[in-house]
Amino acid sequence: MSFTLLAVQTLNGLQFGLMLFLVAAGLTLVFGVMDFINLAHGVQYMLGAYLTAVLAPHAGGFFGALALALPLTLALGLVLERIVFRPLYGRGHLDQVLATFGVILIVNEGVKLAFGAAPISVPVPDLLSGSVMLTDGLLFPVYRLAIIGAGLGTGLLLWLVIDGTKFGMLVRAGATNAPMVSALGVDVRRLFTAVTAFGAMLAGFAGAMVTPILSVEPGMGDGVLILAFVVIVVGGVGSIRGAFLAALLIGLVDTLGRSFATDILKLMVSAPTANRVGPALASMAIYVLMAGVLAVRPGGLFPSRSAG
Amino acid sequence: MKHVITLAAASLALTIGTAAAQEKLKIGMMVTLSGPSAVLGQHQRDAFNLAVKQKDGKLGGLVADVVIVDDELKPDVAVQKVQGLIERDKVDIVTGVTFSNVMMAIAKPVFESKTFLVSSNAGPSPLAGKACSPFFYSASYQNDQNHEAMGKYAQDKGFKKVVVMVPNYQAGKDSAAGFKRHFKGEIADEIYTQLGQLDFSAELAKIVAAKPDAIFTFMPGGMGVNLVKQFTQAGLSGKIPFLSAFTIDETTLPATQDAALGLFAGAQWAPGSDNPASKAFVAAFEKEYGYVPSLYAQQAYDSALLIDAAVKAAGGKVKDKEAMQKAFRTASFESVRGSFKMNTNGFPIQDFYVVKAVKRADGKYATEPVEKVFTAYGDVYAKECAIN
Repeated sequence: MSFTLLAVQTLNGLQFGLMLFLVAAGLTLVFGVMDFINLAHGVQYMLGAYLTAVLAPHAGGFFGALALALPLTLALGLVLERIVFRPLYGRGHLDQVLATFGVILIVNEGVKLAFGAAPISVPVPDLLSGSVMLTDGLLFPVYRLAIIGAGLGTGLLLWLVIDGTKFGMLVRAGATNAPMVSALGVDVRRLFTAVTAFGAMLAGFAGAMVTPILSVEPGMGDGVLILAFVVIVVGGVGSIRGAFLAALLIGLVDTLGRSFATDILKLMVSAPTANRVGPALASMAIYVLMAGVLAVRPGGLFPSRSAG
Repeated sequence: MKHVITLAAASLALTIGTAAAQEKLKIGMMVTLSGPSAVLGQHQRDAFNLAVKQKDGKLGGLVADVVIVDDELKPDVAVQKVQGLIERDKVDIVTGVTFSNVMMAIAKPVFESKTFLVSSNAGPSPLAGKACSPFFYSASYQNDQNHEAMGKYAQDKGFKKVVVMVPNYQAGKDSAAGFKRHFKGEIADEIYTQLGQLDFSAELAKIVAAKPDAIFTFMPGGMGVNLVKQFTQAGLSGKIPFLSAFTIDETTLPATQDAALGLFAGAQWAPGSDNPASKAFVAAFEKEYGYVPSLYAQQAYDSALLIDAAVKAAGGKVKDKEAMQKAFRTASFESVRGSFKMNTNGFPIQDFYVVKAVKRADGKYATEPVEKVFTAYGDVYAKECAIN
């Protein structure tokens, strides 16, 4: 295990973490502000990816498709809010989980009917297609740098909006105590609609950004959704800052665990045992981390909801 | 009097019913048509339907009545649905089956009902060995063989040091074991990844650090698409030979496109295979469905041909189990893959190739054979099978 390998893996971990942040940011807003469990966030991510993939050949490439996918996912978020979410705001979490799980099933099948079951392809845009030499023989694709940039940019933008605008102030207030915000005369329903649509667009943006490196296929949002939930629970529900740090933490823990757990175990036990135990430990690492964080800080790293 | 008429009518209806049943061949096709792996089932279904259509809706001279069901990749659902096929639809043959865990779940109820099971994909080792059955016939392969073909190829090429990367579940471990059966060089590292992993940058960095002569991987479905894209984006394509099984095929090539060009896989057939039956099949399939068939499609097409030949050899007596068993064992048909002979355990003895992803002249992506690795190769479990 050399220093360069450690440095490369740290960079990989940051990149993976920022990718997770892109997905988790919208989820934490919706969950935090509205106390609404939106399992459909994963399919909004998938729709962003599909729109980008399908539109790319007609919209002059990746960037044109991205520019179209954002307003379209925003609009889809509005539609979903109006017909599925709104009747469920006053209901319990179980009803919300059931209804949004239904959305997952319907949209996954719908996507398969519309675009087929086979994964579809999006080439890396020419502008971002190069790579930089990291170590002997290993290239770091420029596109991954773009994902790092997009993650950092999204984080910065959200920070500016949430901390610096009136809308952000209402979002923060809503996350802390929504009934009080409503009592102060703010139209909470409009706030909710805006947050949901914005959350859907963030999910769509995340989906669009990963199309050149990940497989665009029905159900692609399901695995990501679980990771995104881990991120927002560790970070503290409703907190963008928490989601950002938790995403980086989870990206690093997961990547470094995958890279080094087996090798470190090999120093202690025989190679076959290490090969058996190492990957199991690595895949558990982020959940152990989550359990650890919750044991010490039950509200996550940056809890935003007021106690009680 | 009234009773007599009713009785007569009923017995007449019964006779007509039996007569009609004898002229029909009822086939239940169970494949995975939902979830991320639905595309595999789709290839199987489309190819089987094509074969039936080409034979004017008849297999072995009998009108083929094909019921298609989706196992949802859930063994418990599959068992329920297969019981429906056997008891309600009274099928003579169950075919299809995409995944081995589904195959293991349905094998027992199917065999117990003395229904024939013709696999067009899954070939788990128990069914080839100790748990083999005279009701089981495969038109695909035994699960180990494609991995073994890559191991043999690595050995023949003189690769000294190989990194093996597979998902951390049973099929992944079987894959690694299959590769190592014929590869005698050094395994520089064995990387076990999470099932459904998205990002492989950490593993790719490890692989580069190990400086291997080649990597061997088994990453079915979306995992494989992710890996292939990221492998090529990391600049490793062309530097480290990429050997694989069930990773590079016509189900993933539409998504990986250029990223997969030049990467290798082990298979018993590829759309580029140079024999007349194969060429006719590929052309007919593409004309009918507009996409390039994968090995899953080829196996399902051959399953239909195998059933056709067996039913014909048994003189259409599908209810005569012994005649059908003999017919399946000796059935001769022009397999799309070239040579095909039934082994004692009901699995094929066939050739295996290393195949490569290419961009065809018409702009579509497909695999084509590079060289033959095994000739008339049977699986290692056949000797444990006590049918003979």
